[in-house]
Amino acid sequence: MEILETLAAIGKSIIPVLRGTEITVALTFSLLAIGLMMGLPLALGQVYGNKIISTIIVVYERTFRSIPALVLLFLFYFGPATFGIYISPFLAAILALGFRSSAYQSQIFRGAIQSIGQGQMMAARSLGMSKLKAIIYIILPLVLRRSIPSWSNEYSSVLKDTALAFAIGVIDLNRWGWRIAIRTQDPIIVFLVIGVIYFFLTLAGTRFLRWLEKELKIPGFQSRDTIG
Amino acid sequence: MEPIEKNVLLRVRHLSKSYNKEPVLKDISFKVKKGETKVIIGPSGTGKSTLLRCLNRLTRPDSGQIWLDGVEVTSSKTNINKIRQSIGMVFQDFNLFAHLTVLDNVRIGPTRVKKIPKREATELALDMLSRVGLVDKAGAYPAELSGGQQQRASIARTLAMRPKLMLFDEPTSALDPELIGEVLIVMKNLVKSGMTMVVVSHEMGFARSVCDEIIFVEKGVIVEQGPPDELFLRPKHRRTKEFLSKITELYGKSEG
Repeated sequence: MEILETLAAIGKSIIPVLRGTEITVALTFSLLAIGLMMGLPLALGQVYGNKIISTIIVVYERTFRSIPALVLLFLFYFGPATFGIYISPFLAAILALGFRSSAYQSQIFRGAIQSIGQGQMMAARSLGMSKLKAIIYIILPLVLRRSIPSWSNEYSSVLKDTALAFAIGVIDLNRWGWRIAIRTQDPIIVFLVIGVIYFFLTLAGTRFLRWLEKELKIPGFQSRDTIG
Repeated sequence: MEPIEKNVLLRVRHLSKSYNKEPVLKDISFKVKKGETKVIIGPSGTGKSTLLRCLNRLTRPDSGQIWLDGVEVTSSKTNINKIRQSIGMVFQDFNLFAHLTVLDNVRIGPTRVKKIPKREATELALDMLSRVGLVDKAGAYPAELSGGQQQRASIARTLAMRPKLMLFDEPTSALDPELIGEVLIVMKNLVKSGMTMVVVSHEMGFARSVCDEIIFVEKGVIVEQGPPDELFLRPKHRRTKEFLSKITELYGKSEG
């Protein structure tokens, strides 16, 4: 049976497949971390910053949301090389997709900030809190909670975007799939297995975020469970 | 320099504010002595809330001066975060911090703004919560409370900063009628304790029974101000009389 032979070949390649999965997960986590660390300040700057700051941020955000991920990957990989700077495909992928994610995440957080009534900020300021303190102690705890559902969507989206990184030579899960597919001459079975791995990675992440959302739920507020 | 006058805590002089060239406040002047309660009334959209927000500079006035206890609130040299610590504000929509328990709502000002040690702040917060009758709700979240309880908690949050002056922006307007009384009782107790208060409200029962002076504002100007009995029984202006009889009809005299 051909299928069994292919599965056996994948089975033999279990170590490389796991290694590829590890790279995919590392890529996803790194780019999400960059996206979070940049996206949150970008959102705050867009909402609370002056006109110059918010304009710069809007330009950044529009730019990174308007260029295809694949084009960004090429720009970040080949771009530095033209200036004589060599960066690894892995780093180029993290930066390209991380900056891109920061643009999308900034809009998640901006939406969440704007969904919080002005009253919270006014009350904080009326107690004598500086704007920064009010953001840290009052606004952010609410914003982060409210962002989890959309952030979960961003997670599942960028996890699958990382598969594009093979185009610049990152040896991720998808890339290992190619190698095994060429060896076994049975791409369907190989990519079905690869697809299942992506499926479970997505499921695990979104399940975790759903759990986190419940865990951080503010008592007394309506949740998905009580509305539905 | 502030003109010296004994016992004046808050002095407002020639305050003006426009939004998009539309004047909201026009040349407002008044003063509040220590321990006094003044109630500001007037039709909606006449700048009462704007006036209140100018007092702690949540809104910046275009011109005019405000002094609190000898410090010019309106001066750009004044550390406004410092000044706001001594001006408590109670909002129509309570604005309790949604993610914090009642205790943490009351404690956050003392701990994060005044840097009071947590244990001390907890004692202070519980003390303030007992003043508004909410110690048993210390562990609850705002969304688990009734409107009246939320407003009392927000008063406790303000009191925990030990303010010199308290501003109330229509504190009972968002409440169901049966919940108004519990908030007014807390406010009356504050008056009795000697707190200086400026209250925007149409609770005439409250105004007549405890306030020192009613300020009637219409279209951004003070039409008339004076002790409640004077305004109710001998109003100088026709508009004052009309407005007072209208809201008395609407809100009733008896409550509070």
